Amino acid sequence: MRVKSKQQKEIPDEWFRPLDRSDMDAEAVVRPSRTYWQDSWQMLRQNRLAMAGLVFLAFLIIMAIIGPSLSPNSIEEQSIMNQNLPPSSEYWFGTDDLGRDVFARTWYGARVSLFVGIMAAMIDFFIGVIYGGIAGYKGGRTDNGMIRVIEVLYGLPYLLLVILLAVVMGPGLFTIIIALSVTGWIGMARIVRGQVLQIKNYEFVLASKTFGTKTRRIIRQNLLPNAMGPIIVQLTLTIPSAIFAEAFLSFLGLGIQAPHASWGGMLNDALGVILSGYWWRLFFPALFISLTMFAFNVVGDGLQDALDPKLRR
Amino acid sequence: MLLTLWLIITGTFFLMHAVPGSPFNEERTTNEAVQRNLIAYYKLDEPLAVQYVNYLKSVVTLDFGPSIKKSSQTVNDMISWGFPVSLELGLYTLALAIVSGITLGVIAALRRNGIIDYLAMTIAVLGISIPNFVLATLFIQVFAVNAGWLPAATWTSWRHMILPTFALATGPMAIIARLTRSSMLEVLTQDYIRTAKAKGLSPAKIVFKHALRNALLPVVTVLGTLAASILTGTFVIEKIFAIPGMGKYFIESINNRDYPVIMGTTVFYSSVLIIMLFLVDIAYGILDPRINLNKKEG
Amino acid sequence: MEKVLQIHDLHVQFSTYGGAVHAVRGVSFSLHRGETLAIVGESGCGKSVTSQSIMGLIPAPHGRITKGQILYGGRDLAKLKEADLRKIRGVDISMIFQDPMTALNPTITIGEQITEGLMQHQRLSKSSAKAKGLEYLKMVGIANPDIRYKQYPHQFSGGMRQRIVIAMALICEPDILIADEPTTALDVTIQAQILDLFRKIQKQTGVSIILITHDLGVVAQVADRIAVMYAGKIAETGGRRDIFYQARHPYTKGLLQSVPRLDREEGDLVPIPGTPPDLFAPPKGCPFTARCDHAMEVCARLDPEKTHIQDAHFVNCWLEDERAGRGSSTAEKSTITNF
Repeated sequence: MRVKSKQQKEIPDEWFRPLDRSDMDAEAVVRPSRTYWQDSWQMLRQNRLAMAGLVFLAFLIIMAIIGPSLSPNSIEEQSIMNQNLPPSSEYWFGTDDLGRDVFARTWYGARVSLFVGIMAAMIDFFIGVIYGGIAGYKGGRTDNGMIRVIEVLYGLPYLLLVILLAVVMGPGLFTIIIALSVTGWIGMARIVRGQVLQIKNYEFVLASKTFGTKTRRIIRQNLLPNAMGPIIVQLTLTIPSAIFAEAFLSFLGLGIQAPHASWGGMLNDALGVILSGYWWRLFFPALFISLTMFAFNVVGDGLQDALDPKLRR
Repeated sequence: MLLTLWLIITGTFFLMHAVPGSPFNEERTTNEAVQRNLIAYYKLDEPLAVQYVNYLKSVVTLDFGPSIKKSSQTVNDMISWGFPVSLELGLYTLALAIVSGITLGVIAALRRNGIIDYLAMTIAVLGISIPNFVLATLFIQVFAVNAGWLPAATWTSWRHMILPTFALATGPMAIIARLTRSSMLEVLTQDYIRTAKAKGLSPAKIVFKHALRNALLPVVTVLGTLAASILTGTFVIEKIFAIPGMGKYFIESINNRDYPVIMGTTVFYSSVLIIMLFLVDIAYGILDPRINLNKKEG
Repeated sequence: MEKVLQIHDLHVQFSTYGGAVHAVRGVSFSLHRGETLAIVGESGCGKSVTSQSIMGLIPAPHGRITKGQILYGGRDLAKLKEADLRKIRGVDISMIFQDPMTALNPTITIGEQITEGLMQHQRLSKSSAKAKGLEYLKMVGIANPDIRYKQYPHQFSGGMRQRIVIAMALICEPDILIADEPTTALDVTIQAQILDLFRKIQKQTGVSIILITHDLGVVAQVADRIAVMYAGKIAETGGRRDIFYQARHPYTKGLLQSVPRLDREEGDLVPIPGTPPDLFAPPKGCPFTARCDHAMEVCARLDPEKTHIQDAHFVNCWLEDERAGRGSSTAEKSTITNF
């Protein structure tokens, strides 16, 4: 009944001895293990668009710091002789209607935009993490009340509110940052709360709770590191929306005031003379605001993909 | 919802009263006719609490009071002149953004990781990245000034409407496209899609009947927020294209520090938005049978 | 007995972020008309993938059949085009999935979901499709089908939904019904009802059933024949009695010993040590070697060949070779045969 194949007959008899298993491990893991952050970095590096975005942002930060001083002309220096000059070796990006150097002003605008974006993101981060962390961690009635506040604020049209605040507080950098922060933290708070609610019930958090670890310590040591991925993504995406809001306000004349330069303000000035063909006054601020927001968005998207364990199949 | 509206009314009221140099303060800089209007409307000689209750009453009856810069006009006049135009712009924009955004998103999801997907999503990120006012100025520069194909200003014929509508719609369209794509991809991995495939349904049926409706649920939820961004977008777009909409009056009132108009339009805009959010909720209930039923049972 | 479906040396691979996974590695079996064949194994052993490849439902582009044949009605399903496969899905071969809570589309009425396949494949009018839909709802035991027909999935309990899914799978009167863990997500009492329903339906319609499960209790209740899978391969196949009372493969025995039974002392519950091998890099030889108490050197070197025991009972194990056990103690040998 048991017909042997040719292969079977050729097998040496000694192979049928019990296997010596001293060097075998039934639970051995074959794949090399990598940490979450190494894995994420690996994924991010493969995303060419996000890497390009990172490189651009690095360039932008450097230029925001040294750019205005690279030009022989200052941002405020006016020159009636040199009104509306096209780009040249003297004025790399041309000049505006007061003869100011567009090159220097563009990089100064970058400084303003980055400052507003980063400040807004930082304030959002602090308020959002604290608010969302408490709401999510405490749960129950505290959470209900806190989430109700968020819901009400969420219904507010935020740019309208920002405009209103800018009107009341008078234009300026400080106003913009405050105005952006009034509603900006909501998104962060919601994300942190959601993360905390999810992580709170993980075994390891329950475990440290049973050991009597203090609440604040649990939040700091367990919850935050695990919620870090979505928080980082939210931060990267907050920055471009803050930059947009600043430019929007400056464009409406409610933002940074002359003689300081901002991209929104430069665009607003250029719009008035759009029919005169001074394209460089429109082009450079428009280019850099778009590139900056694009870079932040692709880096944010890249981080989102890289930090999301679900996408790792 | 009403709570939010009340918060907005109250907030704007007290903010406006807090501004130094506002007409509600002692230093009254406006002319006498306006002053009389204001006193009559706001009962400025009464205590603040009475003024506040009074304002609430008039808002409920949809009377937003007089302007302080243009003595012959009321805020209601400006709304009735400007709002139809803004509404038209807003609705065209919304329609364009929704239709093209969903189409783009679905195509990208179905051709996942293909050339069309990368192209569509790169365009979408660009659309999100370029602020609408930047796009608007670029459109004017390219299509109106350089090429001369389309008019750059006013709101008189359909040709005038093309540039403003596209400039305003690009951002929301990009957001809808991205959201549709990711939600579509998510839905396509759902078990019920596998069930539909196991039934041997055609791909078209699977996509349009089984996937799309579910994929649109998250898209519907952001429509409220998008409506808000379109609405604030009309401010700059109307300014750039010299469209006589409500946004133009609003921006004018800001530059003139015409506080009653700022207040009135803010409250009006907020009401519009809140109505939008309400409509979105209803639409969601229609799309998702689970919601409807819960309400009936609960 | 007539064979409705024959699978020959099936290989399925998934390309993933971490490399290629060899999910199915040379599976062969056949399905007879009117029988219930259970495919049993731990999660990740390739049983679901095998069933999905029959339907052509392996998620493209990551997964693909790299080798082998799936013969049905004189055609090789592994080589059919998507459009032709669609004409077979739901009509000739239907499938039921594990979780009835997610298997139905939440935004479409169940009546519509039950009949849409019918309307597409048989071009029935809406009213005659509805008549048949109601008939099948009744058959699977849904009370008040007229009212239920217009309702949405969330208005049904898990067990009810699984009944609906079954009605949906049967409505085109298929030859073969593949049920992938159909009772795993259900309560035990509901499980018994659903299994009853399977038996009833099989009697009524003569459909052949492939039951994918890891639950030996379920298998004992409904299976005529059983195939035990491990790490993408079949370890042992046989009739229900062969497997439950005369298991030959150490893995099958391990599975049986790890199931709690009332007729044994509690202490006799023996888990199989270790975990299944990583299919990113499947080991040479028999995949169970690392966890097998009776492993020999040959096991780690060469694939065991299929050995016929009796009737429908086959086993893939080197212990069946007559040279096996020569080097080992007799005591160990007796534990193998005296299960």
